[in-house]
Amino acid sequence: MLHALLARINREGEGDGRYALARARAISTLGPLLALILASIFFTTRTDRFLTTDNLSLVVQQVAVVGIIAIGQTLVILTAGIDLSAGAVMAFGTIVMTRLAVTRGLNPFESIALGLAACTGFGLLNGLLVTGLRLPPFIVTLGTLNIAFALTHIVSNEETIADLPRPLTFFGETFEIGTTAITYGSVLALGLALVTWFALAQTIGGRHIYATGNNPDAARLAGVRTRRVLIAVYTSAGLLYGIAALVLIGRTGVGDPQAGQSANLDSITAVVVGGTSLFGGRGGVIGTVIGTLIVGIFRNGLQLMGVAAIYQFLVTGVLVIVAVAVDQLSRRRRA
Amino acid sequence: MSAVETIVPVLEARQLVKRYGQVVALAGADFDLRPKEILAVIGDNGAGKSTLIKALSGAVIPDEGDILLNGVPMHFHAPLDARRQGIETVYQDLALAPALNIAENLFLGRELRRRGVLGLVFRMADRQRMIRESRKYIADLKIRVGSLTQAVETLSGGQRQGVAVARAAAFASRVVIMDEPTAALGVKESGQVLELIREVRTHGVPVVLISHNMPQVFEIADRVHIMRLGRRVATITPQTHTMAEAVALMTGAVSAAGVS
Repeated sequence: MLHALLARINREGEGDGRYALARARAISTLGPLLALILASIFFTTRTDRFLTTDNLSLVVQQVAVVGIIAIGQTLVILTAGIDLSAGAVMAFGTIVMTRLAVTRGLNPFESIALGLAACTGFGLLNGLLVTGLRLPPFIVTLGTLNIAFALTHIVSNEETIADLPRPLTFFGETFEIGTTAITYGSVLALGLALVTWFALAQTIGGRHIYATGNNPDAARLAGVRTRRVLIAVYTSAGLLYGIAALVLIGRTGVGDPQAGQSANLDSITAVVVGGTSLFGGRGGVIGTVIGTLIVGIFRNGLQLMGVAAIYQFLVTGVLVIVAVAVDQLSRRRRA
Repeated sequence: MSAVETIVPVLEARQLVKRYGQVVALAGADFDLRPKEILAVIGDNGAGKSTLIKALSGAVIPDEGDILLNGVPMHFHAPLDARRQGIETVYQDLALAPALNIAENLFLGRELRRRGVLGLVFRMADRQRMIRESRKYIADLKIRVGSLTQAVETLSGGQRQGVAVARAAAFASRVVIMDEPTAALGVKESGQVLELIREVRTHGVPVVLISHNMPQVFEIADRVHIMRLGRRVATITPQTHTMAEAVALMTGAVSAAGVS
């Protein structure tokens, strides 16, 4: 099957420029999938422990939090934006939820709702600043990154919050299929990916997100309310970071003010490795799911092979550069 | 002459004024577009043709003056207002989203929804219906493209302009405005776009064509509206005037009285 895919790409590469174009597009969609398959085959041949349902479930569990953030990041990047505040907003969400529930003794469900609202509020703030003041998303979210980071540490008093009531840790609990334990957090992450895929690929709002990222002037002149699209995108991303916060609490069992400090870059990595263009308008959630899994599988596989952890970063770095280079090259062909 | 003047213009402007600080872009400009005609608008750079067109398409709000559609005064605050009244504009170069396909571009901003709950609650787009209807619009204007689901970026310049014109023609019930539609195209492709413009007129919708290309204007236009210093200095026809006379009017070498 792999051979057939490669052969098809080669065949499409022959002939005139139109076919080169078809090849460029095929690479941007099939490339990440191929990388995922090749990496899986590689690790399967290297260690017996890789291709087991328990291990694969573990990989999904490990990437669920970054994966959910990456879904929000995908929305933002599709509009040719970027969200550096993602991890800090999530960390703020975990502190709001745990602190309200434990220190203030609020009803856990109310705590969760307020935590989600806080993250959504940050997303809304990002959206309003990007559209209202027309500031570059990079700068806006760099600002809100620092604000959320500061608030997290002020509100938490630098303390990790433990002894959480059950509803807060629910998404860390598992159920079994056969003998394999699967966390509810993993299921939630996949569910969110599915919902977002539907919204992007099948709804009118989804088309408007692509159009806004691809050519904002054309979209606006065609009657797309691009500001409203951007505000909705950043706000939805904020909500997703809030949900990621809840899944993170479930996974670690505590509210940790130090959490998520690299989650913004990890999520951008997953999105880019998944083939979504940083220039906006191209890519999608399926790519991001694959990108998240690629990064997760490399970390997990290298770990199982006993490779020192620092090499995982090396590999991730190479993956990002390759992914962006492919995107850039295919753009040049299209131009 | 008196028989012609009783025709109610489809789109009319009276004494439009638009100032940008000290710069006067429109200094009391008149405009009239008659049913089923191709009206070319020409003028030197800075003569105000672009501001005039923007006022007519809702992109610019004039400081003074009236805009009338079929004799009814209009107040456009945004391009969407003009479009709701059946005035569609084809912009020079920023008309399409290259990564989206032809059908998606045709319906951008006006997507059709699925019927029932899927459309109402989930705002699900009805792709099949949009593709079917796109096929009709494309065929109506005799535009040749491969698949309607191919991305616009895979099309040639002429085909892209064809898609942009098809979109305008599909939704324009009253007026199509085209801003330099052939500026970026080769000779052959320009010819195809001119054919498209005639095709739009054949469907009964009058066309306003902004162009720098004199031979093209004289080839296709029924009447030519000439702008100079923010005013309409004359409206001529290719039958009664030569290109040299049009240029003379445009540059102010001759007054309107001098050539007519």
